[in-house]
Amino acid sequence: MPIDKRVKSAAEALADVADGATVFISGFGGAGFPNGLIRALRERGPKNLTLVVNSATHRFSLTHELIETGLVRKVICSAARGQGKDLSPFERLWKAGKIELVCLPQGTFAECIRAGGAGIPAFYTPVGVGTELARGKEVRRFKDRDHVLEHAITGELALVRADTADLYGNLTFRYAQVNFALAMATAASLVVAEVRAVETEPISYQRVQLPGAYVDRIVTVGR
Amino acid sequence: MQPLNRRQMAWRAAQDIGSGLLVNLGMGMPVHVADYLRSEADVFIQAENGVIGAGALAPPDRADADLVDASSRRITLRPGASIIDSVWSFALIRGGHIDITILGAFEVAHNGDLANWDMRVGDKGPLVGGAMDLAACARSVWVIMEHTTRKGSPRLVEACTLPLTAKGRVSRVYTDLAVVDVTPSGFVVLDLIDGLTEAELAKRTGAPLAFAPDLRVLTAPALPDAE
Repeated sequence: MPIDKRVKSAAEALADVADGATVFISGFGGAGFPNGLIRALRERGPKNLTLVVNSATHRFSLTHELIETGLVRKVICSAARGQGKDLSPFERLWKAGKIELVCLPQGTFAECIRAGGAGIPAFYTPVGVGTELARGKEVRRFKDRDHVLEHAITGELALVRADTADLYGNLTFRYAQVNFALAMATAASLVVAEVRAVETEPISYQRVQLPGAYVDRIVTVGR
Repeated sequence: MQPLNRRQMAWRAAQDIGSGLLVNLGMGMPVHVADYLRSEADVFIQAENGVIGAGALAPPDRADADLVDASSRRITLRPGASIIDSVWSFALIRGGHIDITILGAFEVAHNGDLANWDMRVGDKGPLVGGAMDLAACARSVWVIMEHTTRKGSPRLVEACTLPLTAKGRVSRVYTDLAVVDVTPSGFVVLDLIDGLTEAELAKRTGAPLAFAPDLRVLTAPALPDAE
């Protein structure tokens, strides 16, 4: 049977997500949030999730819905501060001790995911040395500079947002939509992409930004 | 004495940026630097989310939610711009390919330590973003900040009291009162605002100051203050 990675709905794409899954969610600053898939994941309702998401509190992302609904046990991110003085759903649950938080420098966060998808278990970085975010981590000196040991992140599910897909799962992105999607798609065992449109002709290799080899399921959600 | 306002501080920093450089601008005051680059300075502005060559803010009819900078502002692209993914973007930063990053800060110590990511406000969560990556790895790390807090405490200090972003990395600070280099022997004032004596600046500073032999007057054109 020829390859066709389309599924009919976001609900169908996420039907087998289990409790306790580590879930990557792409997106940055309003670009590339897979909000259709996030909403469907909330409706599916798996418990004790670990979210790997750059921001736990971004106002344009629906990530907060997973947190508010009580599905999340742990968040790994680089930003966990809500807008304004009032506490966001994340901040409330974190302060109440109901969600564990791992805060990483954004480049370290990205590299942990890249390493996870590239078969590298851990790496040293100069970023964060001597700060609270390096507390308890192994430090080693290379070329007269201290470096911190950081560990790779892998997971069960990645949710990404792209512009177009073809039936093979090859993806293109608009502008800054791409952000964390490439790395996250390499680090998860199941990768689901929501796209604006599916092209029935194969996308030219010159335009493919994420090869279909990394993508398992495609859901068309429109704009 | 008329301290510089926020846009004037950004203007002053912009005058020191040479042509052909790759520059990253932090949230808050630093993003205004892009508005005041010298006309002969052909500069690429990098944003952590992968934009290399951020242009002006997009007018409302051209704003696109997929084209944003690291402050979530809807922007345009300059000629020659490109967009890469977050892994590549931070490899660019960590690999030392950013010539200058200009960051906001709460405190800078005279050994170049930087505190700019966590003010410890109530129960708010942490937000580090790309601050540590930029501070640790850009070739030059400059800071724009007011010389003192609103209550008058120095922000240029012997040792940072707030959580550190990076150790020993800041090389220059632009304040509303002075331009200060951070050297192996501590703070050296390059520019000082008119009407303020060296002793008066020292009183507003929490660590020893040296003054450059060719100390200049800190000036900037009239500009409306930034919000």
